This record gives sequence, C-alpha cells and structure tokens, in this order.
Amino acid sequence: MAEIPDITIEVSHLVKTYGALTAVNDLSFTVKRGEIVGLLGPNGAGKSTTMRILTGYLPANSGSVRICGHPVASEPEATKRHVGYMPENNPLPDDMRVSEYLWFRGRLKEMPRVKLRARIDEVLELCDLKRNRHRILGRLSKGNKQRVGIAEAILAEPAVIIMDEPTIGLDPHQIIIVRDLIASLRGRMSVIISSHILPEIEATCDRVLIINGGRIVAQGSPADLRHEIFGHTSYRLEFAGERDSLAAHLKAIESTLRVASLGDCGPDGFCTATLVTESAADLGEKLLAALPANGYRIRSLGRTQPSLEDVFLAATRRSWDARLPDKPANGDSRAPLPKF
Amino acid sequence: MRHYFTILSHEIRTLLYSPSTYIAAVFFLGVMGFIFASILDIYSKSPQETPPAVVFFQFFWFPVLFMVPLLTMKTIADERRQGTLETLLTTPVNTAEVVLGKFTAAYLFYLILWASTLGFHYILQLHSRDLQGLDPGPLIGGYLFIAISGLLFIGIGIFASSLTRSQPVAGIFTVVLLIIVILGPRYLGDLSAISNSTLTPLKGALESLQISTHVEDFTHGVVDTRQLFYYLTGSTLALIFSILGVEAKLLNG
Repeated sequence: MAEIPDITIEVSHLVKTYGALTAVNDLSFTVKRGEIVGLLGPNGAGKSTTMRILTGYLPANSGSVRICGHPVASEPEATKRHVGYMPENNPLPDDMRVSEYLWFRGRLKEMPRVKLRARIDEVLELCDLKRNRHRILGRLSKGNKQRVGIAEAILAEPAVIIMDEPTIGLDPHQIIIVRDLIASLRGRMSVIISSHILPEIEATCDRVLIINGGRIVAQGSPADLRHEIFGHTSYRLEFAGERDSLAAHLKAIESTLRVASLGDCGPDGFCTATLVTESAADLGEKLLAALPANGYRIRSLGRTQPSLEDVFLAATRRSWDARLPDKPANGDSRAPLPKF
Repeated sequence: MRHYFTILSHEIRTLLYSPSTYIAAVFFLGVMGFIFASILDIYSKSPQETPPAVVFFQFFWFPVLFMVPLLTMKTIADERRQGTLETLLTTPVNTAEVVLGKFTAAYLFYLILWASTLGFHYILQLHSRDLQGLDPGPLIGGYLFIAISGLLFIGIGIFASSLTRSQPVAGIFTVVLLIIVILGPRYLGDLSAISNSTLTPLKGALESLQISTHVEDFTHGVVDTRQLFYYLTGSTLALIFSILGVEAKLLNG
C-alpha cells in the first residue's frame, strides 16, 4: 500500500444541502493517522451525511475533503481504496454466507486472491466469527451481523475506517466486544465512529467532535470538553447546621466557591447543597476541615464529575439557543459559545 | 472494468440462488410450452403455409412482458432498498461497472431461458414424420432476433429498476415501457391523424420501429442493419440512462 500521510482526513468548509435544508454547514476538521474520533450529535445533526461525503458516496455542495492527500471529489477511486465504510444499520445481503460475502467484498476492494484468503481468516479470527463463517448472513444475530460489518470494513486494511453507529441495537456484552475491537485498531488506522450513545464514545475515542445543525459546536478529548464547556467543578454536600451563614464560610475557604443550590432540610436536620467553584484544585479536604470547625455536621461530600452526556447536552443546547452567525469570523467552524 | 467480472459473477450467483428465478423459469417454460403445443395443434388440424417456428416467434412479446420484469426488477431497486447499493458504491467500483455487471447477468439468464425452448423444436424434430416444414432457417433467425432484441428489453428493465427503491414499481414500470416499445409504434402508425400525406416520413419511421415486422424479417432470414442499429443504440441508451438514474438518485439523497 502507498505511503500513508500523517493526516489521513482533511475536511475543509464542507457544505451539503438537501433542497432548502442545510445538513452540513461549513464543517472543517482533520484526523491524524491512528486516531479514533467520535462524531457526536443529536438526530439529524449531519453525522451520516458527513460520513457519506467522506466515503465519496454523496457529493458535497462546496468545500473539500481529502483522504490520504487525495481529493474525494476528483479522485473518487483513489480515495475509496483507502476507506473502509460501515453504513448505518449495516446493510448486508441476506442470502450470502459470511465467508462468501467477505470474499466478494475483498475482490471488489481489489485484493489479490492469495492474500485475500489469508486475510479473511485473519479478520474472522479478529472479529470472533470463525464459528459462523459458513452461516447465512440473513440468519445471523444482530451482534454477529454487526461484527461482519466491522470485519468487512477492516478487510482491506484501509487507512481510514468510517463506521456509522457501529453499536446501535447491541446488548451491553456485545457493545463491549465491539468497543474492544475498535480500540484494537488504535494506532494503525484512523477511525471515525458516530454515535449518540455517549459512554460508548467516551470509552473508545481519543477525540470527540460534537456536531449540531451541521456545525461543530465543540471538539477535543472528553476531559478537555468537560473543562471547556463547564469550566467549573461542583461538589455535593450534605450537612446540618446554620444555613444562612454557609455562603460566607465557603467564601473564606476559596474565593470563587459558592452555593449553586440549596435543598430543603429533612426531618433529621440535614440539607443537601450543590457547591460550585472555578478553582481547578480539589477542595474536598479543605471543606471537610473547615466546616466542622465552624460548627457544621457533615454527612457526605462528593465531587460531581460532569459526564460527557452533560457536556453533550450543554453543547448542543448552546448552539440551539445561540443565534448563529452564518459564517464564524475566526475561520474555524465552531459556533461561538456564550458564557454559561 | 476490472470489477466488472467480480460483479457479474456475484450477480449470476445471486440469480442462481434465488428461488424467484426458478419460479420465473418454470412459469416461462410452461407458458412457452403451452403456446408451442397450441401452434402444433393448429398445424395438425390443417396444413399451413408458414413453418411453425415463424408463428412461434410471433408470440415473443408475451413472455417478454413478464420475464423481463421478473429478471430485472430486483437488480438495482432491491439493492437500494436494502442499502447494499451504498456499500457497493463506496468500494473502488464505478456506477458503469455495477450497471453493466447486472445487465450482463440478467441478459445471460434471459438467453439461457430462451435457449431452453430449443428443446421444443428438438422434440418436434424427433417425433414428426414429415420434416418438410421444419427447416432450421427460421429457428436461427428467430433466436438471433431474441438475442438482439433482448439487449434492448433487459436494458429497459435495468433502467426502470435504477429509478426506484421498490421492486413492484420497477416491475410495473418495466411492463409499461415494454408495451410502449413493442406495441406503441403499431397503434400510433394506425392512427388516422398521421395518414395525412405530409406526415408520411413519420409514418415510415413508425413502421420501421415496429418490432413485429422485425421478427418477421429475422425469421425469414432478412437481417437488416437498421434494425440491428435500433436495438444496439436503444440498449446503449437505456444503460446510459440507468447509470444516470443511479447517480441522480445519489444527488437528491
């Protein structure tokens, strides 16, 4: 296979409209070799459309996509050789056997016969399909079908693998198997997966692109995103004592620490409070030392980690609320984020 | 063209494994056998001037109207419905290879089915006492006509299949197009509106488009290059439109 450059996918200012509907709106991003990128977005955000444009199946209205240095629009056959694609719902012909299907797909992907035979054994092994190799695709379980789809995508050892919702409809056990399979590709192939199952993305992806309304509203590693979107840490505290002076005591511990919400007290005198701080340091120990010294009784204290789910909801809500300018001034396609 | 044979062999395999092919084949042979037997029945009652093969090929349009849609309606429409067209077109295959591969497979099958009717003539040859009316000329001409006109008919079927994702719609559309192509010129030619002398060129054109005349010519041993040209260009055009049909559907999503 030809030399694979460091940047395998380069998307710049991609626009795709379906009539009056703009599915993808000025999208730009790059994917490096060996990186696993998660495409996250609500339904109709433009994930599938973006993926189809990357594979060369759909033409874009404007903008450019380069796969391994080749533009998709003008050299479709060159780029398709570098891409393994598993569409949404993983369509498979019902009347073929697993090994026959892989053979047919391998031949279409221009693999020489001798190499293909060995490679089919290899991917069947990798995807744990050895026992099912002679079974008919239409009779396989959903999880096995999904694995056939993945086996097919990695069959020709492409530099770029694009999978649209690879874990949809699987049981938790199968999700773990598929996730491990995707993780095993890290470093060798660039993988783009789309999903709206967030723990999924969080567990496998190096980088997350959150898309809404055809634009990237946030991107970065899951940890970066948490910090970027929320920019604060919160604690959950159960205490008994003087409610009114709590804020003043907190201010003494850390200047930005404040009470975000204070629940009603139960019959036993304990109240639940959510504390918010902009400080990145862990204030747990300080709180545990200072509050009892001021006469508070503490039953529990916990640091709440915003999940990717919160990040996702916050990011997509923002882009929804904000009146987006048609073209962001700074050149990248991320929508401006108003302060939370 | 390097994927053409991969797709062709896959298509032939699909046709061989699908039960609908065998149902269609049995149906076809049943109907053709019935037509052939009825012809022989008429011949056994009173002597006729034309050899039975000529009459047999006059009925070509009847099996064509149901065989062609059965063989072609599945090709592209079903792949689109299942979504496998998407996986097919994201491999380094171009649309022309896909359409041509499917066309060739359906066409080969069409030929095989017609070739199996050779058995009728063989049986007749074995058992008839009078071999006078059974010269091979009309047979060769007739099968040549079937082979050449089949290009156009199968091309029309593939074209209809490329326009939709529903097999029934593709099938019905194929039948409608076939009726227009096979029977249309005859009815248009008979219209009194074009018997006006200024429209004689049009009338002449419609006459030369009449497929029933083509059959007659072929079975009588007349191979007209104008007719060959009609079928070859017609099928090429149908295939080009099929390729455009597949690609246009992608543009609109």
